[in-house]
Amino acid sequence: MAHANHTSSAAHGHGHDDGHHDPEALRMMGFWIFLITDCILFGTLFATFAVLHGSTAGGPTPSELFEMGGVIAETFILLTSSFTSGLAVLSMNRGDRKGLIGWLAVTALLGAAFIGLEVTEFVKLVDEGAAISTSAFWSAFFTLVGTHGLHVSLGLVWMISIMLQLRKRGITPVTRRKVGIVSLYWHFLDVVWIFVFTIVYLMEVM
Amino acid sequence: MWDNIKDFASEFFVTGDPLIYGADVAIVLTVVAIVSALTYFKKWKWLWREWLTTVDHKRIGIMYVIASLLMLFRGGVDALLMRTQLAMPELDFLEPEHYNAIFTTHGVIMILFMAMPLMFGLFNLVVPLQIGARDVAYPFLNSVSFWLFFMGAMLFNMSFVIGGSPDAGWLSYPPLSETMFSPGPGQDFYIWGIQISGIGSLMTGINFIVTILKMRAPGMRLMKMPMFTWSTLSSCLTIILAFPILTVTLALLFIDRYLGAHFFTLDGGGNPMMYINLIWMWGHPEVYIVVLPAFGIFSEIVATFSKKRLFGYKSMVFALMSISFFSFFTWAHHFFTMGSGANVNAFFAVTTMLIAIPTGVKVFNWLFTMYRGRLSFPTPMMWTIAFIPCFVVGGMTGVLLSVAPADFQFHNSYFLIAHFHQVLIGGVAFGFFAGLYYWWPKVFGFTLHEGIGKWAFWFWNIGFYVCFMPQYVLGLMGMTRRMNTYGWDRGWWELNLTSTIGGFLMGIGFLFQVWQILHSIKFFKKAPADPWNGRTLEWTIPSPAPLYNFATLPRVSERDPFWEEKQRREKGILPPPPPPLEPIHMPRNSGVPFVMSAFWFVAGFGFVEHWTWMAIAGLVGVAASMMVHSFNYNTDYYIPVDEIKRTEAAAAKGAV
Amino acid sequence: MARQHDEHESHGSLKSYVIGFLLSLVLTAIPLVVVLNDLMEGTPAKVLLLGSAVLQFVVQLFYFMHLKEEKKPRYNLMVLLLGIAIVLTIVAGSIWIMTYNKVA
Repeated sequence: MAHANHTSSAAHGHGHDDGHHDPEALRMMGFWIFLITDCILFGTLFATFAVLHGSTAGGPTPSELFEMGGVIAETFILLTSSFTSGLAVLSMNRGDRKGLIGWLAVTALLGAAFIGLEVTEFVKLVDEGAAISTSAFWSAFFTLVGTHGLHVSLGLVWMISIMLQLRKRGITPVTRRKVGIVSLYWHFLDVVWIFVFTIVYLMEVM
Repeated sequence: MWDNIKDFASEFFVTGDPLIYGADVAIVLTVVAIVSALTYFKKWKWLWREWLTTVDHKRIGIMYVIASLLMLFRGGVDALLMRTQLAMPELDFLEPEHYNAIFTTHGVIMILFMAMPLMFGLFNLVVPLQIGARDVAYPFLNSVSFWLFFMGAMLFNMSFVIGGSPDAGWLSYPPLSETMFSPGPGQDFYIWGIQISGIGSLMTGINFIVTILKMRAPGMRLMKMPMFTWSTLSSCLTIILAFPILTVTLALLFIDRYLGAHFFTLDGGGNPMMYINLIWMWGHPEVYIVVLPAFGIFSEIVATFSKKRLFGYKSMVFALMSISFFSFFTWAHHFFTMGSGANVNAFFAVTTMLIAIPTGVKVFNWLFTMYRGRLSFPTPMMWTIAFIPCFVVGGMTGVLLSVAPADFQFHNSYFLIAHFHQVLIGGVAFGFFAGLYYWWPKVFGFTLHEGIGKWAFWFWNIGFYVCFMPQYVLGLMGMTRRMNTYGWDRGWWELNLTSTIGGFLMGIGFLFQVWQILHSIKFFKKAPADPWNGRTLEWTIPSPAPLYNFATLPRVSERDPFWEEKQRREKGILPPPPPPLEPIHMPRNSGVPFVMSAFWFVAGFGFVEHWTWMAIAGLVGVAASMMVHSFNYNTDYYIPVDEIKRTEAAAAKGAV
Repeated sequence: MARQHDEHESHGSLKSYVIGFLLSLVLTAIPLVVVLNDLMEGTPAKVLLLGSAVLQFVVQLFYFMHLKEEKKPRYNLMVLLLGIAIVLTIVAGSIWIMTYNKVA
């Protein structure tokens, strides 16, 4: 009876939902929805930036101060790190724990380089007289770009904690899910950056 | 040294108002009473083990309900203080500053700390049972959500005695809410109280979407779900799409205040109008967030007490889901007078009128469900019947407000006040009361005294009309919202006095409800599993539901499965015997949500007082709590079959 | 069980990641070249910039985030589309409403 019941529910479960759930798949779905909410968070910041982008109140303007060299480097670094986080997932799927931790480490290092460049850029801007309190434009700029930077920094801490868990526990369904989620997060941050790069930097210096 | 302390205390605490000193004493006495009772009865361990660390959706739901009823009391007292001040012209009952603070906290508390948690409480209590699940998708996260809400609410309420309440209106429009005009910490309490509980709301939204989409009992396809579950889904979708906007808007206001940025300031290129635009992009969907579940509740109740299937199930689903999407396209009707031009106003006027259509569809569905039904009128049904005319009138005045040119007259007058109280009390509060009455026996395992409940019902309903109908007239006579007093020469006092009387009638209604609950606890009457002759899965299990809800997961093949099963039983067709018991997989309790939310509270308080060290300490604590959780792999366990058998046997014995 | 699990979740291959990466590089380079050399101006340039950003978004969705591999019912895709609709509403709506309310 128990056996019959089990098979019928398994056959049933493929079509749609069923009492037996893979908890890790459930968590992936929840995280995806969380990312959508994060999209809306960034969307609101972009809307604010779009509305306030001309409001420099007689202060420094972006085209005077933006230096594209650092920004271009940041863009390619983050893009590459998105790729390497994908390679980490591929290593995981092969069951290669060393490769997985290695690629995650490369991703984290690239992320750290990105943050380093961004902090340098911010410090320089402030030195040149464009701080968050200078004008509405710079408020919107620092908040939008800074929120993205904060997301990347949190991602770094998270990635390190997952590397520690992987070292201790190896590749299990739980750690698999965690790696999957953090790499999804990382791709998402790259996508957000594409829009930051396009709308905040390229369109302002155009 | 002593002088330093005295200086600090006189700035830190709110001083000088006898009403607030009275409240100080009351708060201290209550805290002392609670602490000594817990110590005397040796209940600290019980509190921690059974409630503070629980991840059980039913207990979390109960905590939400208790917290929201407390908030209803506070918000209600605020309302009565305001009505007392306005009862007669030129009264000096409240100082103007105090009046400002009270209308602000009344609005914030009623929407964000009363309606929202009461709604989350009902989600938690009902949805997993209705869809035949053992818990929500993420029980741990559910506990985090509750404690974040709780800590946010505490932080907000604390402003009352420490630092001073916010007083820039419930949506805190800049530039009034900027540092230049609101230098005190009250505004920061507002921002952080809402921000912390808002994170919790967002996570609840995600949690229930996944629960509903993924955890339904086998066979329950989407179009076989109970209507309350549908309304929860549509409300949660709206939550996840709207709450990030609120988070950003309040964050930007805080950055203005904390770092001197210029988003919404008058100088530096800032634009206060942008805040109004953004906050209503959340604010309009927010009213649908709280009212959609009420629609779901009414649908359940109407079907149960008409002993008929809900009329127009598909159109109801369509109406709920389309409202949750189209609620995002009407926000500008809250500021027609801002001067965005004729095109903008015309567009948003039309969208606002359009969204009334799906709402109207629902009213007809409820009426047709009752038509030729075998009706009975216990308290949940009475609230439902009272809701329909009330909400129709409230909705119609809303359509009047949506006419952009006319809105220039109605805007921010008492006409508007009457309108939104009518939809929020007549729709949301009546709906949630109906839901509480309906599911109370299932949740608590005892029935409520019907007679006292009817008294409460009549006081609330008569009080409502006496209070708010005069306000429509007052609005048309020119009385604007938020005015703290008026002269004898205005000719407003008769209507205002009437309105105040109505307000107090509703207050008496609330007291009857408290009495009803206490009375029913004292004269405990055990509730049967199916007190109302219900239709859906929650009525198939004992009252109160056991820890694991369903000993064996139900199989569903139609809408209203329990009703259909009962019909078949009457014809002598018995359902197949349930499959044998298996060990049940359950999540372990955890103290992390409580501790982490307490750290959020610390961080929030640090930001409020601009004590950066404290804010950083709090955030570090939050991060540490998350790490502790992430590194913990011992998060679940199995309930053995023997224990399930014992629990089921005990429940069966109690039910006889 | 473990093997079955792998089959279920093995998202993507090296090939898909490499293709995605190369396409992203190209789509980043095009607007960069256009802007740095002032090849285009005004609205057409904006369209090109936003167009390549959106294309890159799509590329990453399919090649990095494996949106295509989702099993039915495709809730993730539905929520994503809903989210995009709301983001566009927020941005376009704010710009439209605020056009006549600019202070500076």
